[in-house]
Amino acid sequence: MNAVAINRLDIEKIRTQFPVLNQQANGKPLIYLDNAATNQKPKRVIDALTKYYERDNANIHRGIHTLAERATKAYEQTRHAMQQFISAKHVEEIIFTRGVTESINLVASSYGRAFLNEGDEVIISVLEHHSNIVPWQMICEEKKATLKVIPVTDIGEIDLDAFHKLLSVKTKIVAVNHASNSLGTINPIKEIIDVAHTVGAVVLIDGAQASAHLPIDVQELDCDFYCISSHKMYGPTGTGILYGKKALLEKMPPYMGGGEMIKDVTFTKTTYNDLPYKFEAGTPNIADVVALNEAIQFINELGKENIAAHENELLSYTVKKLSAIAHVKLIGTADKKVSVQSFMIDGIHHFDIGQMLDTRGIAVRTGHHCTQPLMDRFGIEGTVRASFSVYNTKEEIDQLAEGVERIIKFMKQ
Amino acid sequence: MKSINFIQDEIINEFSLLDGDMEMTVFYVMELGQKLPEMKEALKTEDNIVKGCQSKVWMTARMEDDKIFFEADSNTAITKGLVSLLVRIFNGQSPEHILTTDLYFMHKIGMERFIGTQRSNGFASMTKQMKLYALAFKTQKEITS
Ligand SMILES: Cc1ncc(COP(=O)(O)O)c(C=O)c1O
Repeated sequence: MNAVAINRLDIEKIRTQFPVLNQQANGKPLIYLDNAATNQKPKRVIDALTKYYERDNANIHRGIHTLAERATKAYEQTRHAMQQFISAKHVEEIIFTRGVTESINLVASSYGRAFLNEGDEVIISVLEHHSNIVPWQMICEEKKATLKVIPVTDIGEIDLDAFHKLLSVKTKIVAVNHASNSLGTINPIKEIIDVAHTVGAVVLIDGAQASAHLPIDVQELDCDFYCISSHKMYGPTGTGILYGKKALLEKMPPYMGGGEMIKDVTFTKTTYNDLPYKFEAGTPNIADVVALNEAIQFINELGKENIAAHENELLSYTVKKLSAIAHVKLIGTADKKVSVQSFMIDGIHHFDIGQMLDTRGIAVRTGHHCTQPLMDRFGIEGTVRASFSVYNTKEEIDQLAEGVERIIKFMKQ
Repeated sequence: MKSINFIQDEIINEFSLLDGDMEMTVFYVMELGQKLPEMKEALKTEDNIVKGCQSKVWMTARMEDDKIFFEADSNTAITKGLVSLLVRIFNGQSPEHILTTDLYFMHKIGMERFIGTQRSNGFASMTKQMKLYALAFKTQKEITS
């Protein structure tokens, strides 16, 4: 990748674009540090939703009237924006779904059902979110295939040697995340993809935690599938994409049947529509897809590398502040991370910590973060997780650290 | 023996001194939990877990001279504080009283605001469990008398 010049962002100015941040929680200014679960929406995204419903609402593709034309155009513009956002070769490689969960289920059901056979193997990692575990368990059970799991090291990195050993000619699918939602680890996906291809396996990347933070070039990565949720990248909930290589998508059977996905229907035979519509049965989530374009533009205008530079600063600052506090234990300290930090406090349950921080207006996530096998790997029930977006500040992290110190002081007195 | 409602009013009074300060309220709840008499480890069994709580809550009860006595514990400090309030209210009361008296103190102290919906549901499960114990003891008494 070419080196890019980093520009310092004006965070205070950016914050004014997020109406939700301007409020109090429990009588204290809201400090939102639960961005890995979902991040907040800039005004332009919210406005795009309103504008769509106030001016453009119509069902897309089949209409010939003015509104249908406008709605269709706006919907398809997001597809083009997404194509550029991840550097896909063809626009029809972008399929709109409800988000990462549906994208993975689509591949597991459609690709899995068509191409997995008894005795084949699917490889995932211990770092996966339940949505990149359960769909594979389901299809493996159905197809009598075997699910293999790459272990992680004590600092939360994928064990690449173990991965090499798991790979064989039986491996048909490898599915791993680009970055871990619980620990923040950025996985060496380029290497995983290249190695998996040597045995002829296809590779799916769960990009839920990457889309707002990391550069994504699906052609350079050469991944076969890439999944994104809009709501984790400043866009609306309820939409996202599946990227798939055209040749693969073409040979995959449809996932759902219905309107939009057909060419001709008779009671004896139905012919399916072309990509991407073959995989978009029914009236899609038009408004949210349209507004997602604004989220993409928001990220593009700030520059992902500038966003990442700010977030990395926040992460280093958090690590510094939290590790200076006695009784705090950081979980997930990989070399390369997105801005997520999990931690625990000796002898204090994560629910209590979360609840106490909430009384100070600080929103963090507590629990297993939909990664129970990962928690089991570390022998814990859950963690407290602080995760950052472009609008977070060092002052907010000071507040977090102060809150944590108060809890410890109270509980250990 | 103080009545159930007398104790509820006592609790309402104590919490009113905290003046709605959320952080102080939560700290106070945890402090109450720390004072809850210890539950014997042997009683913290799978069977004694109260269903419907996100945190783990164990509870048992025994009857002495027609009065019920509860023992409880939780793996989280706030929930332990909450269950301690219930133990304080119901300990030493008759099954009939426990069954017929409604709890109102949690609305008065704004509990839902400082513990959130999930824990409020858990709190309702604990209350229900205590009433079930009361019903069981009452039925037992009626059968044997
Ligand atoms: C790594 C990862 N994968 C998958 C998902 C599921 O995403 P969604 O719920 O948007 O489908 C999440 C969301 O928490 C995630 O963090």
